[in-house]
Amino acid sequence: MSGRVLVGVKRVIDYAVKIRVKPDHTGVVTDGVKHSMNPFCEIAVEEAVKLKEKKLIKEVVAVSCGPQQSQETIRTALAMGADRGIHVEVSGKDYESLGPLQVSKILAALAKSEEAQLVILGKQAIDDDCNQTGQMTAALLDWPQGTFASEVSLEEGKVKVVREIDGGLETIRINTPAVLTADLRLNTPRYATLPNIMKAKKKKITNVKPADLGVDLTSRLEVLSVDEPPQRQAGIKVETVEDLVSKLKEVGKV
Amino acid sequence: MERFADEADVVIVGGGPAGLSAAIRLKQLANEHQKDLRVCLVEKAPQIGAHTLSGACLEPSALTELIPDWKERGAPLNTPVTEDVFNILTKKHRIPVPILPGLPMRNHGNYIVRLGNFVRWLGEQAEELGVELYPGYAAAEVLFHEDGSVKGIATNDVGIAKDGSPKDVFERGMELHAKVTLFGEGCHGHLAKQLYKQFNLRENCDPQTYAIGLKELWVIDEKKWRPGRTEHSVGWPLDRHSYGGSFLYHLNEGEPLVALGFVVGLDYSNPYLNPFKEFQRWKHHPFIAATLEGGQRIAYGARALNEGGFQSIPKLTFPGGLLIGCSPGFMNVPKIKGTHTAMKSGILAAEAIFPKVTAKEPNSETAGLHVPEYSENLKKSWVWKELYSVRNIRPSFHNPFGLYGGMIYTGIFYWILRGKEPWTLKHSGLDAHQLKPAKDCTPIEYPKPDGKISFDLLSSVALSGTNHEGDQPPHLTLKDDSVPVARNLAVYDGPEQRFCPAGVYEYVPVESGDGMRLQINAQNCVHCKTCDIKDPSQNINWVVPEGGGGPAYNGM
Repeated sequence: MSGRVLVGVKRVIDYAVKIRVKPDHTGVVTDGVKHSMNPFCEIAVEEAVKLKEKKLIKEVVAVSCGPQQSQETIRTALAMGADRGIHVEVSGKDYESLGPLQVSKILAALAKSEEAQLVILGKQAIDDDCNQTGQMTAALLDWPQGTFASEVSLEEGKVKVVREIDGGLETIRINTPAVLTADLRLNTPRYATLPNIMKAKKKKITNVKPADLGVDLTSRLEVLSVDEPPQRQAGIKVETVEDLVSKLKEVGKV
Repeated sequence: MERFADEADVVIVGGGPAGLSAAIRLKQLANEHQKDLRVCLVEKAPQIGAHTLSGACLEPSALTELIPDWKERGAPLNTPVTEDVFNILTKKHRIPVPILPGLPMRNHGNYIVRLGNFVRWLGEQAEELGVELYPGYAAAEVLFHEDGSVKGIATNDVGIAKDGSPKDVFERGMELHAKVTLFGEGCHGHLAKQLYKQFNLRENCDPQTYAIGLKELWVIDEKKWRPGRTEHSVGWPLDRHSYGGSFLYHLNEGEPLVALGFVVGLDYSNPYLNPFKEFQRWKHHPFIAATLEGGQRIAYGARALNEGGFQSIPKLTFPGGLLIGCSPGFMNVPKIKGTHTAMKSGILAAEAIFPKVTAKEPNSETAGLHVPEYSENLKKSWVWKELYSVRNIRPSFHNPFGLYGGMIYTGIFYWILRGKEPWTLKHSGLDAHQLKPAKDCTPIEYPKPDGKISFDLLSSVALSGTNHEGDQPPHLTLKDDSVPVARNLAVYDGPEQRFCPAGVYEYVPVESGDGMRLQINAQNCVHCKTCDIKDPSQNINWVVPEGGGGPAYNGM
């Protein structure tokens, strides 16, 4: 096995920032807004670096699809311990319509060209909450998938994954190469310290265009409009059970 | 555990207008003279500009000196001031005051800017020139050589739990050593506070006095939008003995955006005064509400600012370091502008340091370079002249007629005499000592927020985007844990509950038994520094939290 792990990292609006819808309702305001690495991607990077520190794999490659600023996100991954980065340049309208299908095609192409043993992604991004890229990437590669991983153990030619599912925990054993997606409890990501950020400047980031990977970025989805959630209406207090029943009948719920 | 250490020629603490101007000037000189110079800048905000908050009306003088082709380089100075309006507000009406040429608050030739965006642009210019910018890393400690001169700084250790124990992700901070370190932390910097003591820098100046500025950004109804219009007011809702006033600027950057805010001098005496609530109720004045009706608030933030001016400038240099920008404090208070003087101080610092750090033989008695030339040059520059001419305006408000006495003084001595009067008025002393006991004061009845023009504190704090890693020791530290309840609450009714613009301080009943305790919601902090300034017991010591925490201002 190549011993190479591909980790996908996405640059998203920081989770603590209040989102504002653009006045033309085509999306949300991103200009100048604080961005950071998707929290689940941080966990994915941490897991890959941990595997390398245990000497179970040899190289961690961080990938991000996006505009120029995605390089900052890759640098953070490099500072956490990734060895090199790949920046897939997507900007402008293409970036606005970039979604899980195109990203998984890109990751599948890179997984093949890099001969990756594992692809580790965050389970979902906190901006679109799609939870699709990992699964689609596995399907395109025809590789097994271990999603919502809260524990990963590498074995000879296989990987054991404990998955967080609705009913509790499910443990599976799948063949490598495989795609894993990281859930919250998988690990606690380390800090990207200043000395490591300085060292990361010397690590290599290769620039790639989606066309070079044979990927067509045309979206099959068209965003019609983006709106804020409706304002929460005040509730009404009722005095008796009879009042409650009649109010429920009034609004047609009963 | 040993700390990793690295060497630079110059280390700059703070990525604001002063720090970035110094960095840019240093690299310009290095390129001009074909010298190699490693300039490293650390900034606690997660990105350059994210902790910047100001009105702001920028006087482009220093910018033109630093980067003459700023327009071609796309500096975000998009809104030249077209209209200057000044009013004295009463509860329902306003008395316009003409802004005659010669008065300090006249804005002809200036630009309304979103300072955070301007700082971000300065950061891009700095990076292009080869400055190493490190946002997200806070300078937490000053390092000293054996001879007592400054050796550099260290960033804070991270990954410490609330109880002080190291977590699994614990990492030691890093040391950055430099020939000379520039401290540009902005108003009331926490490292500057230590340096004042260490080097006795304040023995020949007045104490610094401050104000708190609260600001919001609103998208207003297009019909009410007047790009380029600046409005300032004094008077209502403050009484004539409480210094303060408002600003409202119409930006011209595409959408109908206004920047508005309220400034309250921190020398107020009534512990029941709540600057946040004064700001919220000011917006209900008919003149202001007319602009805001039908609009939407999109941002909120707050920051302390200097008011001490000329009298409060400390000694600026010490072996191994210098103070630049709003940290020592070069704000022109009646002009309400400090960015141009901060930038100029950064430029002068760079020009004074450059020959010394590039000299083959360091001609210095101490290991850390001493650069008194910076201070000498500053005193010969327009910054000094400007601050000297307006030095008496702010202190003139301490007279029996308060605001009106101050305005009369300004009219006579500044407008006519340009500050040439031979006397220099002093400030009243530390802001923290101006509070009267609660029992001698009247509580103020503030109206409830209406949710359309005025808002509650917590939803405002949410708009600042502020956040901190929850499991870390609170960065609002108390020198003595018993003082808040024993003194602040007992004598002053807990003024920190009212002057903090982020709801960090709350007096809550103890879980079991009688009495109250001070709850510190450190995660809400917006790094304004007001508590460190105004605590009547001077018991609160603001230290820097893990880098990257704090507000996420966008063009504020």
